[in-house]
Order: sequence, then C-alpha cells, then structure tokens
Amino acid sequence: MSSNTASSSAGSGDSSAARKNSKRPKYSKFTQQELPACKPILTPGWVISTFLIVSVIFIPLGVISLFASQDVVEIVDRYDNDCIPAPARTNKVAFIQGAAPKSCNRTLTVTKRMKQPIYVYYQLENFYQNHRRYVKSRSDSQLRSPKFENQISACKPEDDAGGKPIVPCGLIAWSLFNDTYTLSRNNTPLAVNKKGIAWKSDKEHKFGNKVFPKNFQKGNLTGGATLNPDIPLSEQEDLIVWMRTAALPTFRKLYGKIETDLENGDTIQVTLQNNYNTYSFSGKKKLVLSTTSWLGGKNDFLGIAYLTVGGICFFLALAFTIMYLVKPRRLGDPSYLSWNRNPGGGR
Amino acid sequence: MAGERRHKGMRLSKLYSFKCLKPFSKEDHSQIGSRGYSRVVFCNDPDNPEALQLNYRGNYVSTTKYTAANFIPKSLFEQFRRVANIYFLVVAFVSFSPLAPYTAPSVLAPLLFVIGATMVKEGVEDLRRRRQDIEANNRRVLVLSKNGEFGETKWKNLRVGDLVKVHKDEYFPADLLLLSSSYEDGVCYVETMNLDGETNLKLKHALEITSVEESSIKNFRGGVIKCEDPNEHLYSFVGTLHYQGQQYPLSPQQMLLRDSKLRNTDLIVGVVVFTGHDTKVMQNATDPPSKRSKIERKMDKIIYILFSILIVIAFTGSVFFGIITRRDITDDGKKMRRWYLRPDKTTVFYEPRRAALASFFHFLTALMLYGYLIPISLYVSIEVVKVLQSIFINQDQEMYHEETDRPARARTSNLNEELGQVDTILSDKTGTLTCNSMEFVKCSISGTAYGRGMTEVELALRKQKGMSMRPQDDEIKANPTKSVKGFNFWDERIVDGQWINQPNAELIQKFFRVLAICHTAIPDVDGESGEISYEAESPDEAAFVIASRELGFEFFARSQTHISLHEIDHVSGEKVDRVYELLHVLEFSSSRKRMSVIVRNPENRLLLLSKGADSVMFERLAKHGRQFERETKEHIKRYAEAGLRTLVITYREVDEEEYRIWEEEFLNAKTLVTEDRDALIDAAADKIEKDLILLGSTAVEDKLQKGVPDCIEKLSQAGVKIWVLTGDKTETAINIGYACSLLREGMEKILITLDSPDIETLEKQGDKDAVAKASFQSIKKQLREGMSQTAAAATTDDSANENPEMFGLVIDGKSLTFALDKKLEKEFLELASRCGSVICCRSSPKQKALVTRLVKTGTGRTTLAIGDGANDVGMLQEADIGVGISGAEGMQAVMASDFAIAQFRFLERLLLVHGHWCYRRIAMMICYFFYKNLTFGFTLFWYEAYASFSGKPAYNDWYMSCYNVFFTSLPVIALGVFDQDNILFSWERILGWMLNGIISSMIIFFLTINTLASQAFRKDGQVVDYSVLGVTMYSCVVWTVNCQMAISINYFTWIQHCFIWGSIGVWYLFLVIYGSLPPTFSTTAYQVFVETSAPSPICWLTLVLVTFSALLPYFTYRAFQIKFRPMYHDIIVEQRRTERFESGTRTASAVSGELPVQVEFTLHHLKANLSRRDSWN
Repeated sequence: MSSNTASSSAGSGDSSAARKNSKRPKYSKFTQQELPACKPILTPGWVISTFLIVSVIFIPLGVISLFASQDVVEIVDRYDNDCIPAPARTNKVAFIQGAAPKSCNRTLTVTKRMKQPIYVYYQLENFYQNHRRYVKSRSDSQLRSPKFENQISACKPEDDAGGKPIVPCGLIAWSLFNDTYTLSRNNTPLAVNKKGIAWKSDKEHKFGNKVFPKNFQKGNLTGGATLNPDIPLSEQEDLIVWMRTAALPTFRKLYGKIETDLENGDTIQVTLQNNYNTYSFSGKKKLVLSTTSWLGGKNDFLGIAYLTVGGICFFLALAFTIMYLVKPRRLGDPSYLSWNRNPGGGR
Repeated sequence: MAGERRHKGMRLSKLYSFKCLKPFSKEDHSQIGSRGYSRVVFCNDPDNPEALQLNYRGNYVSTTKYTAANFIPKSLFEQFRRVANIYFLVVAFVSFSPLAPYTAPSVLAPLLFVIGATMVKEGVEDLRRRRQDIEANNRRVLVLSKNGEFGETKWKNLRVGDLVKVHKDEYFPADLLLLSSSYEDGVCYVETMNLDGETNLKLKHALEITSVEESSIKNFRGGVIKCEDPNEHLYSFVGTLHYQGQQYPLSPQQMLLRDSKLRNTDLIVGVVVFTGHDTKVMQNATDPPSKRSKIERKMDKIIYILFSILIVIAFTGSVFFGIITRRDITDDGKKMRRWYLRPDKTTVFYEPRRAALASFFHFLTALMLYGYLIPISLYVSIEVVKVLQSIFINQDQEMYHEETDRPARARTSNLNEELGQVDTILSDKTGTLTCNSMEFVKCSISGTAYGRGMTEVELALRKQKGMSMRPQDDEIKANPTKSVKGFNFWDERIVDGQWINQPNAELIQKFFRVLAICHTAIPDVDGESGEISYEAESPDEAAFVIASRELGFEFFARSQTHISLHEIDHVSGEKVDRVYELLHVLEFSSSRKRMSVIVRNPENRLLLLSKGADSVMFERLAKHGRQFERETKEHIKRYAEAGLRTLVITYREVDEEEYRIWEEEFLNAKTLVTEDRDALIDAAADKIEKDLILLGSTAVEDKLQKGVPDCIEKLSQAGVKIWVLTGDKTETAINIGYACSLLREGMEKILITLDSPDIETLEKQGDKDAVAKASFQSIKKQLREGMSQTAAAATTDDSANENPEMFGLVIDGKSLTFALDKKLEKEFLELASRCGSVICCRSSPKQKALVTRLVKTGTGRTTLAIGDGANDVGMLQEADIGVGISGAEGMQAVMASDFAIAQFRFLERLLLVHGHWCYRRIAMMICYFFYKNLTFGFTLFWYEAYASFSGKPAYNDWYMSCYNVFFTSLPVIALGVFDQDNILFSWERILGWMLNGIISSMIIFFLTINTLASQAFRKDGQVVDYSVLGVTMYSCVVWTVNCQMAISINYFTWIQHCFIWGSIGVWYLFLVIYGSLPPTFSTTAYQVFVETSAPSPICWLTLVLVTFSALLPYFTYRAFQIKFRPMYHDIIVEQRRTERFESGTRTASAVSGELPVQVEFTLHHLKANLSRRDSWN
C-alpha cells in the first residue's frame, strides 16, 4: 500500500523519463479494485433487527390503511339480473336486444352517513376492456384533431359507415356504456354532477374541442351509447372515461358525483335505463355509491397485506431470536461448512 | 556510435559452418515451376512485360477486418451469427405485422442499441488497426530506380522484383532475397522479434554469386527467381535463382522477412520476392483458435431452458386463447358472446370460427410478448464486463514485473472467468518455473569440486528435511563478490586469481580456456567503459564466457580466424593477451549434444576443445584421459541432484598430420550438395572428436523464479493439481520438484521409468519390436502397481482420500510414449489423478500437447497450460487456457497464449484473485440476469391470465423495451465488474434464482392487482385504469430487481450505489420525460406519473409493500442459510469481521490490505468446489 501511494504521488511531481516509458500500470483505487466499500453481512443481529424494523413499520401502516378503508362508506347494488322482468329471464340477451322498455327502479338504503362528494360508479364484471383487439381499436389522432378524421385504419370493423369515417371510430367508442341512472332521495331528485369525472389531461390533450361525433353508431350494428353530434369530444366526459380502458376484467368507472351529504337511513331511489348488454357474456352490472378517504375507495386488502407481511416479519424475528438462543453458531465457525459436516460422522 | 565494430572482411560464415549451408533437399527443388511453386520474380526488372503480366499484389497491407464499404454488412453479419440476436431480429421483423403485441419501433430500438453498441466497438478497434496500417504503408525505403540510383519511395509502392537497400536498424519492407551486404561475404544479422519473438540475432547469408560490391549491384539484372507460392511457413523457402545461365538453389538462409529488423550490419541490398499480403508474416496473421469458456457454454444451455419456458407459457396462453376465442360466437354466428369485440367481423388473428388458426397466430404473438424472458442485453453486458475485467487484469500492479517492465496481459477476454475454475495446471519448467538465465555456480575440475554456493534446490531440500541452513547461509552472505549476471560462483580457492596456487592449476587453466574459446558468442565492447558483454546463442554459453571472464580468461575479440583472450598466466600470475587461431567450429546440435572448436594456440599446437552432455562425452574419452572419470561422474550426479545443468569439458591435442587428413575429409563433406551431407559432416566431425581428455564438468543453475514454491504451495492448497512437463533429466526434474514444493517430504513418490536392466539389454540387442513390447508390458505393470499402491493407502488410511497430495508421480519421456498409448492412457490418467503432483521428464513438445489433451478430455475439467517457449505452443493451444510467460525465450508462447504474465508467481494472483472474481462476478451476473428477466416476463404472463390471453402486454411498449437496456442493466454490469465475493454457478443456484424470479413476479403481480383493484385509488374518486396499473406494477418490478441486487451483492462502493439507485432514478426520469411527450407518442403513458399516479398515496404504499414482500423470500432464505447451511464465503466474511472488531484497528475503508484474505477465501471456495464435485462423482 505504501509503495502504491508513493508511486502515485511521485507520478505528479518528478516523473522521470524512465518512468514515463514504463509499462507499469498506473495506480488508482479503481483499477486496483480497492475502492472503499462497505460489505454488508447477515449477522444474527442484522437479520433480527431487519425483520423487527420491517414489522414495526408495516404493522402500523397496515392499521392506518385498514382504518382509512373502514372510514369509506360504500353502497353496491347489483342490478343486471333484477332489472330483467321475470318472464324474460330465460333469454336475457333477447330481452336486452329487444325493443321492450328497459326502465327499472332500485331502492338503496344509506346505512351510514356519507359525506359529499359521493362518487357514483358503474361496475362491470367479466368485461375485457384489456383485450388486445379492443384496446388497439381506436384512433388517438382522430380524437385529438379534425385534421386526422380519416385516420381510421386501426378501427376496423368500426372504421366507417357507408364509406364515411366514423368519429370516434373503433370498438371502444362503439361499445360505449349506455345505462343511465336517475337518483332521488326521499322522493326529491338528487343531482348527479357529470362534469369533472374525466382526467384533465385527457380532456385537454387527448380529446379535441373541435372534434365532433360523426356517423357514430350509424353502422349496420349498433353497439352502445350514441353521442350528441353537437358537443365536441372534449366535453363528452362519459366517452372520455370509457375510453380510458380498464386494466382488469372487473372495473368501475365514474358516472358522476353527488355533491350533498347523505344521512344514515336515507333511501335512494334509482331509476335506471338498463340498456347495456352484458348478458351475452354473463357480465355483472353494479351501481356503486362511495365516499373516499385519503387512500381512495374501500379496499381492505392493502391494510391486511401490510399487517400480514409485518406479522410474518415479526414472527421471523422471533423465530430467529429463539434459534440463536437455543442453538447459537459462532461467527466464522468453519465447522458448519458443508464439506466439514461429514454425514457419517467419520471425522 | 564510436565503438562500432568493423566486421568488414571477416568471414563469419565460417563460424556458422553448419547453419549457413543447410543441405538442399532435391525433392523440394524439383517441384519448382509446378503447382505451389509457380512464383517468378524478375530481379531488378519489375517493368518487364512478363512481370507485369503476372500481376502480383502490391506491397499495400491492410490488416483491418472491415473496409468502409463492407463494414455495415459484414459487422451485421457477425452480429447475427448469435442465435439470440437472430431471434430478436426475427421478432423485430414480425413486429411490423399485426401479430405484434407492441409497436415495431419499441422492439427495434433496443435491438438497434445493442447492435449499434457492438458495432461501434468493432469500428473503433478496426480504426486503430487502420491507423497502424497507414503508418506502415507510408514508411520510406530506398529503391533502385530505372536510372540506376537508389531513391526513396513508400513501402506501399514496392513491387515484386524491386531492388531495395535497407540500413541498419530498419525493418524490411517486404520479404526480400538477400543479394549482398556491407560485409564482404554477404552475411547480415537479423532480429526476428516481431515474427517469433526471439531476441537473439540470426545470421543470413547471401549467395556468393550475388554478394558483390554495393556499387556494382546496380548492374545486377536479368536474374530470375523461381520459387514457392506465398505460404505461412516462416522457416522454409524453396526457390532457384537463374542467373547468367546458371541455376543457384535458394534457401531460407537468403530470405529476409518483412517485420524483421536489420541489426549489426550497415546495409544490405535485396530483391523483393513477396509483397504485401503475400509475405510470410502476413500469411501467418491468422487468429488463434478461439476458445469458449465453460460458463458461456452453460449459458447457452440456460438460454435453451428459457426458450423452453417461453414456449411452454406461450403455448399455454395460446391454448386458453383459442378456447376463449372459440366461445365468442355460438349458434353459427347468431349469438355473439363478447359482442364488443365484434367476433362476427374480425381478422384471422381473432377469428372464433377458425380458433385453431387464431391460436397458432397467437402463439407467435406470445413468443414475442414473453421474449423478455430472453435477456437481449446479456451478451453485450457480458462482453462489456469481460473487457472491463481484462482491463483490471492488465492494470494490476501486483502482476507487474519491474525488471522486465512487463505488466500482465489478458490477450483474450473470453476466458477470464475460466481462470477461476482451473483444476489442473500443466507447466513447463525451464523459463516458467525457472528464470532461464543461467548462472555458473559450480564446477568440477580434475576430480575436485569447486563452488561453495548453495543452490536453491539444495536450500529447499534442506529446509524440507528440517535441517538448519544457518552456517551455509552465513558463508554465502560473507561472500563479498559483486553481483554479476550469469555468475554466482564463489570459492576462495579459485576466485581473485587464487587458482594459480592450487596444485592442479594447469588443469584449471586448461579448463577455463576451453570455456573461453569453445563457443560461438560474440563480444561487444562498450566503447566508453571498456566493459565487455556477450551475445550468445544460448544462456548456458553466455554463462560460460562470463564465468571465464570473471575468473581471469577474458574473451574480448573475435575475428574471422582468431579468438583473443586476456589471460592470467598460471606460472607468473601476470596478465597476458593470447590469440588463438580458429580453424574450425563443430557446431552444437541436439543430435550431437556436443560442440567443439579446433584452434591453433600461440605455441603453434593444434587443440581440439570440446564440451558436451555426459551421455555422449564419456564414451569419447581416451584411455589416458579417464583419470578423473569416477570423481567427475560422482560430481555430475550430485550436481544433477542439486538441480543443475551439467556439461563435460574435454580437450585433446591433435597432430598436424591427422588434422590435415581430417580437414580434407571434412571440407569435402561440407561442400557436398547431397541429401546425406549432414550425416557425412557428422561422421567427419565424429572422427576427430575422440580420444578426449577429461578436464571436468561445469554446473549451471537455472534459478527458480522468485516466489515459485510459495505460489505452487498456495495453488495446491486450493486443490489445483500441478503437472510439470519438462525436458530435463529425471533426477533434475525430481529435485526441481522438491525445490518448488511440488514434491514434499512425506509424499510417496511413484516413479515410472524404462531404465530397467532387462529393457536395456533388449535395447542393446537392437530388436525394436521386442523392446516396444517389453516396454509396454513394463509400463503396464508399473501403472498397475502404482494403482494398487494408491488404492492400498486409500483403504488403510482414511485421510488418504481427503488428501490426494500423498502421492507424487514421476514419469519419464520414454515411458510417457507408452503411457499415452490408447490402451494405457486411461490407467495412466486414473493413476495421475490420484496423485497430487505429476512430473513428466524428458518430454517432447508433442508429448506435452498430448498430455494436455489427455487431461482435458479425460477428466473434462478445466486445464491451464503455462509455458514460455516455442516448444510449449502446442500445449498452450491445446489447453482450455494458455498462459504465456513473457520471458527470455521470446514471444512465441505469448503469441499463442490467452494470458501473458511475466513471472510464474503471478499465476497465483491471476487464478486465485482475478480468475476467481471474474468467475463469481460473471456467474452472479448471469444468475441475476435470468432472475430479473423472469421476474419481469412472468408479470406479463400473469397479466395475460387477466386479459383473456389476448396478448395485450401489461405495460406500455416503451417501458418494456427500455427495461433491459436502461433500467436494470447498469447495476448488473457494476456487479459483474466490481463485486468481490459472490456465489457459484451451479444448476441448483441458477434454478434457485429462476424460482426466485417467478416467486417475485407472482408477489408483485398479485399484490398489485389486489391493492389497486376496482375501487378509487385517489381522494378524488378516480379509479385505476390500464396505464396506472402498468406504471405501478412496472415501478414495483424496477424497485424489486434493483433492490434485490442491492441485498445480494457483498461489496458496495459508490459505483454500485450510483448504478443501482441511478437506474431507479432513470426510470422515474424516463417516466416524466416520456409522459410529457405529446399523447401520440406517449399514448398510455401521457402524464400518467405526474398527473395520475404520483399524487396517489396508495400507489406509493403499494410500491413499498410489494418491494419488501418480493424481497422477503430471498432474504429469509439467506438468513436461514447462514444460520444452518452457511456458505464458505459467509463464514470467511464473518471471520474477517470479527477479527476486525477484535483488533479494533481496521476501518471499513481499509480494504486494500485484505487481499490475502481474498486468497484465503478462494482457497476455501476451491476446496468447496472440489468436495462438491467429489460428492457428485
């Protein structure tokens, strides 16, 4: 070491010609692989304290998360089955595709006070918005600007109607959810604000305010909802929400916000138009009213997971402590090495 | 140069009597003009129409791999010879079709990056070669122009047939035929360092007809050379010169090869025969056979495993996809199940009516989708890592040799990690274990042994026997002589002129005269200091001349016919100059094993002075010359045991008449140009080399290199087997074996030899078949005995099994021939592998290579051959790893080697530190690579299960394509380059890591989708969509694999920190930048981090939960492992830690002093490795 430092310091000052020509490798901590380093090792102390620290952090986090989830009040009402008149239930698909009136009344009871804003969601199940064909069936440029109206190649088969491009084209838009909910509380109408349910960036940058629906649902097969051709896409928030595709086959989407508190015991009548066909693929439809906490909606999983992992770590810490107390291994004791442990004990 | 020697007028050709006039084989020359011998050179007439018609290539040389035109196609072709790259290329092409699960640019980008990086590397390397070419092509040389004057021109403009003039210390621009030189007899000296690395000068000799005055050479016209076509044989040349109606045979003696240098000769004139790429050196420039390391081969297997996993999951996916898709239309198209997919109006890829076809296409899609299981950057990363590792080897100061100014050189980076797995080392002796610088240490004159010094062998033997070496030591230290290279002799009876007081002073004088006269060395007098140094053909000879100089017989001048000495007269004790007339030199050859000179001394008496090997000299002694035979033989035996090389020194007086008759016969033989010329010369020489009078013998020590015994001991402690393959005598080899602790006290020696009386008698009868048969049987018997000996030891003593170092095998060259026979080689190998060390004596270069091959193929373990001479080249190329010692014997071995070091002792560091680290690093790196790609790839697969296997990836295309290249690669490289202690590369471990990867992916996926389920994930009621889930899950993957790295490496420097946390940082940076691009580019990633997921606490909480949970299994496993089944390195790290705590002096940063610990570490590891292998066997 001393010679190394000597040579490195000498190199700066009086480098003689001989040294200049020398092929001696230059000294640096890097090339000699002598960089200062820390070398963590798993001593029992480290192991146990790591487990303990993790459990000490995770268990409170779990409790907090659980509390946040418990604070949320959520009303879920599955209506897909009940909203089909009893006689038609043998062939639900025929009913939903038929012309019979689809109006349906549901009554929900608030069991716990709900503070505004209360979010209204529709939840679909077994609906594969993440199917590759489905996801790709859209034209982002067309949605953004009227200039690109004709960019519909990705949208097949919902690309044009009679040779004219459909705006918005593609399967996603075509299958737009079209159940509607009208809410009233104790027989007084309950306003559902449908503004501000889409992401700001979507409204401002993905959906153009000069793009208007054209030829929408004019194909030979009608999918879901129709759109008002006089409102630009950037204002069609239901569409924007729908087109932000879900990751999983069970998903909720925002329908609107209720901006008044709901009291415990309130009954809410919902008049809904049961238009959307989930019956052919046996998908459930649910209406959800939910408040939020700082963590979002109601889901105990996070809290439970934190508690579980924390608990496991605590258990492991305990187990290791006991093990080291019962059967301590001296640090650096080579007799534990596999080749020193003769199974026959013939040593 | 004031002290320049004047050689002019000196007939040096006489000195090299045999070499210069090699017999011309008739057969070769008869082939001239036929196929392979069709070249025609018109001397000094390159513009001859016939010459122009031949259209030989110019002297322009290009060593580059590529040209500007073919760089792109050729380097691309090179790239796509790798299977994995082809896979990615196909994927890239298919990605333009609708089959692709993601967009084409995102597939192409990483491939282009990877290919581009490699191409840039290739390009830079090639550019460097190109620069060297330009430099060489534009060098200047003097060429005879049409007007008969020598004028300067560039090398590249030389043409075949040009006459060129080359001055002292210049390189030859092409392969030249030597016409004349500044010496009268047309000789010149050439240094061939660049060709074969030999530093000694070689003598070249022009034909007599062409060796004329420089001024008249210009008129040399009309000569036509017909010769062989360009080939790569440096030491052969066949041709004839047709000149003035006569034919003159040409030999390599007249050839001056490109890239060799003119030395000690003022100038030469030559005619260009081969130019440019036709020259021998360029013809030789082929790449050495490329070797692949075992890890790399294993890696291929792992890639196949990954491919199988890929196919299995892709197949599973497509089966499910097919089933689900088929159900989308029922009742003959009347009922659509998932109507939102429009299954009635779909493409072939989703066609429910042809679900089988759709699922086949889906299979292709899935192959691409899960392609992330195959790490695209693995090869590139490994290459980068290996290059960096090589730099570390090259830069290691502890492998730098001060005296020769040579650092270690990794000539290939392919085999770095293989160094850590060496099982058997096959080593040359001379120049490898020893210095190959001879020192005159002892001599025996007229039956009296002189020389008090102890050789290293003797010291080592004493040490092993536990004897005190104190008194001897003191004696040596008291020795006041100044240190002279090549001379380590001390005896108060001889030195400082004391020998004249000895009773046998006359014989001593004769003895040293022989040493001073009987040689071919050339003195070189330093003009200023008057000191004399010698240029000798062999180090032995130099040692003799130096010894005689030191003892008062200073050889100071040599002329064509005379040798001059400063001598001390033994009667008067005065210094006198004596001049001996040199009449003939009978050269040394390996068949003659002796050398003689015939001189006329100042007293006008004819003397034959001779030195040679004991085996040939004793039978040539005269009856009256055997006075001291018994004592001398005794001494020779003792010298051999002390590891010394011995030569017998004799002389005789020749009377004039006898000499006259003999000379006639000898000259006759010399001038003959027939095939048996050599034999006739030998026979003639034989006639005069008889009736010799014994003077004594010399003993020269080839010193062991510094640190050899220590190094060998360490290596054998590490369980590395060492075989020494040497050309030495059995006794010498055994003693060297002891000296370098290859053989140890308490080791049982198994000697296999054919020197038994029965075989000798058979040999005398001359029945070759019978000898062969008897030898075979004898070897067979000896091998069997050896086996039973080792087996017996194994049964009686349990420890023998654990300690194979109990036995040492010694086998001589003759026996080796039989032992390497197909029928016996198995037994031989079996016996040898039961022994700790093996010494093969008297082995030829070919045998060395054969033994190496036997060990390599027979045991299937990694072999390393180390050697320094041309005779080791075969062995070096045969072994898995060839290590060349860049020592005195030239560069040939280095050229054939994979690693070059200056000293044997550096092998310890090369193997135990570098090899070891490289091995572990690469192993860890590969394991980790597979881990991270499985972790990533499987999250994609799990997601598919939730996307009806439609082939929609869970993440944005660009996240994925950057995964391998940007977010996870650098830490792996840091691991591969910098980490110091790591794990093994066994199948259990690889599969363990793969399992860990799959478990991690499951934890990541299922925890993420359950926490970010359908409920709102923010206070403002928004729900998780595809983009948010993708970002969150991807972040989890990046965090997990990088943190996994952090907890599995053992050596944290700022570089690791920088790369690991930097990679995570880069991911977020990428996310922000990519997310702020217009939505047309960023699609689902648009503003997703800034607007959507970053403000959501649940995303961060998920990240923390998932990362910790995914690391928990590995961490717990390691904790348990350390508790119950610790690995060797855990223990040693712990030991080191406790030591540090106990001593309390060391700080965490003081790691530089820990290299011994590293070595210790390695020893344990290698032992572990061995025990593991043994338990499997």
